[in-house]
Amino acid sequence: MSEPIFDLTYIWAGIIAFGVIMYVLMDGFDLGLGVLFMFAPTEEDRDIMMNSIAPVWDGNETWLVLGGAGLLAAFPIVYTIFLPALYIGVFLLLAGLIFRGVAFEFRLKAHTSRYLWNWSFAIGSTIAAFAQGAVVGAYIQGFETENMRYVGGAFDWLTPFTAFTGLGLVAGYALLGATWLVMKSTGATQQWAYRLVKPLLFVVVAVFCVISTWTPFVDTFTADRWFSGPSYIWLLPVLGFLCVIWLYRSVSKKRQGSPFVATMGMFIFTYLGLLASKWPYVVPPTYTLKDAASAPESQLFLLIGFLFVIPIVLAYTAWTYWVFRGKVTADDGYH
Amino acid sequence: MELDPVVISRIQFAFVVSFHAIFPVFTIGLASYLALVYGMAFKTDNPKWERLGAFWTQVFAVVFGMGVVSGIVMSFQFGTNWSNFALATANFLGPVLSYEVVTAFFLEAAFLGILLFGRGKVPNGVHFFAACMVSFGTFISSFWILSANSWMHTPAGVEVIDGIYRVVDWQAAIFNDSFWYRFSHMALASFLTGGFVVAGVSAWFLIKKHDMQLHRKSLSMTLWLLLFLTPLQVFVGDLHGLNTLEHQPTKVAAMEGNWETRAGAPLLLFAIPDQENQTNHFEVKIPKLASYVLTHDWDGVVPGIKEKPPELQPNVPVVFWAFRVMVVMGLLMVLVAFTGLLLRRKRAYMHKRWYLQTLRVMTITPFIAVLSGWIVTEVGRAPYLVYEQMTHAEAVTPSLTGGMALFTLIGYMLVYACVFIAGLYYLTRVLQKGTEVPDHVNDEQHRPKRPLSAADVSFD
Repeated sequence: MSEPIFDLTYIWAGIIAFGVIMYVLMDGFDLGLGVLFMFAPTEEDRDIMMNSIAPVWDGNETWLVLGGAGLLAAFPIVYTIFLPALYIGVFLLLAGLIFRGVAFEFRLKAHTSRYLWNWSFAIGSTIAAFAQGAVVGAYIQGFETENMRYVGGAFDWLTPFTAFTGLGLVAGYALLGATWLVMKSTGATQQWAYRLVKPLLFVVVAVFCVISTWTPFVDTFTADRWFSGPSYIWLLPVLGFLCVIWLYRSVSKKRQGSPFVATMGMFIFTYLGLLASKWPYVVPPTYTLKDAASAPESQLFLLIGFLFVIPIVLAYTAWTYWVFRGKVTADDGYH
Repeated sequence: MELDPVVISRIQFAFVVSFHAIFPVFTIGLASYLALVYGMAFKTDNPKWERLGAFWTQVFAVVFGMGVVSGIVMSFQFGTNWSNFALATANFLGPVLSYEVVTAFFLEAAFLGILLFGRGKVPNGVHFFAACMVSFGTFISSFWILSANSWMHTPAGVEVIDGIYRVVDWQAAIFNDSFWYRFSHMALASFLTGGFVVAGVSAWFLIKKHDMQLHRKSLSMTLWLLLFLTPLQVFVGDLHGLNTLEHQPTKVAAMEGNWETRAGAPLLLFAIPDQENQTNHFEVKIPKLASYVLTHDWDGVVPGIKEKPPELQPNVPVVFWAFRVMVVMGLLMVLVAFTGLLLRRKRAYMHKRWYLQTLRVMTITPFIAVLSGWIVTEVGRAPYLVYEQMTHAEAVTPSLTGGMALFTLIGYMLVYACVFIAGLYYLTRVLQKGTEVPDHVNDEQHRPKRPLSAADVSFD
């Protein structure tokens, strides 16, 4: 087998990394609304929350499926180690997403059974958010592997540390959801969302600080990367912290759109920081991008299809958000 | 009792894939039917076709939505329960399965929205074109899935380096030896499923005397289609069986319940296969017929199950009986379709209550036939996951315990039970509402990636 002139591994790494952050940002705010759902003061608020994400939430989950499928094709070892290691967590994640999706559709068509779908939506979203957060924690912890296979136990992924990162992401998504709601709503609903932002921000920053302090104790590789002398990667937390300040000030000034943008900024810089902590490992602490990559001919074969479809998905996504820009009300929609 | 992760994983995969398969097998057939109906609407400008199309589009939307939801789980099963298999085959199966996803997204982004929500907003010709493209897209999706599955039966175009498959010839791997047989057999099965569901629902509406003119038209057309499709499926099924005989003789031997390799083998109408003693009990047989069917020679030699040692044999009773269930369902479908032809005189097929009731009950038969057919082909491949190259035991996730697998098996059963009951309940609401013109609806909420939003019926 001849090796290709150009290595596609990094292109694929870029595609997958891009897919993951797109998913986190976009499904993040609608999962976050699910987390906050049952805390909303009135049923009318819940209608507004649903209407604000109804046109887009389904497209958001596109990125999860695209990323999952691409992962098997481009970095099979990641797929075949993460999924067995996170076995129970993956089940919870899928069950949560399914319940939530079905609840979403049927709530809009239901009248007397509406409360049932409300709870399904809220619980499904919260479980899915927690499971994703625990995945992040498990990734920081690393995986016990042998000969390209996972050899750890069923609950290695569920430690105090990962439970904490799970709760952290639930809070993070709730913050994204609250700032999204600030942007998309008016009146009493918006006031409620404004009130949520600062407490949630406080929780998120506190969780982040705890995780950052805790990480060096569960993972020496990351500790070395950050504490072995000055490095450009310190720019990332600095930028992240600027976003925190921006968010705080923009909420104080009752800005409409900037809180959401600032929260996205926090997520992006945290995400980049996480990637920088582990680079070039994709299955910490053992396998690098290169180790995990599939055969070059397979990478190329699929890349052709992806280069064709990703622009279409992006254009479709952008168009959807453009069509449904602006504020929503409780009457937008379902009768 | 010791819980075997291999056995439970197989049950789990069988459960989730069976549950998933019933949706696409129906939507693939229904998509083609919609293309046909909208084609007639485009050609004749008859508003009846429009109404028929609008009704079945709602049904399509709900079933398509359920298929998408249950399909998400499928893409994770390979990694969670069969990680050794996924690791070894990723260079081929990864791109192939991803192309299925890519196709589905392209289809949804571009054409599903126009099909579901575009009626009256785009020219009728464009709408018809979108219906054709959605139908075409469902075939491309099944193309990739069946290519992957066929490759597991007749692997080709690859070489193994350090336990990992690498593709040396994409064309040979994708269009492997059993691919076209499986694809044709499944495509026809989808048509039959769509056809019998449409016929059954039309018959039900006729019994209820709802919108009779429309459903007579629909029933008549569907019965003509079934008249050609049912015998064609028997023919293609036979070809598929002969292809299997060539590549997987043990599977065919298990289907026939034939233990010894012999000339002039009988066709068993009934038997209780006894795997432990490698024999059958209570055989009811037609002499020499199996040899004739398989070799087209009354004294042809057909292979026996004992060609393989017991540990390399599939579960014979399961394969044997699943095959018989499939064949009986198939023959019933042929019979009902031809009875329809006999009842053409004075249009008796649309008045005779017993025939309409029969059609109603027949709605379930293609689903049973499809599931039992898949049981034959998948259980018949055992103990291999990749035929004669990788067994189930080698393929299973090494870290998986029986308890973990059992936990998720029960979990998926509960989740699917809820989703299935809600979906089926809602589908009956859509059917009960019938083919009246839908009420005014708010278009802003209609999104192609949320197909359920195309159905405008209250849940409770």
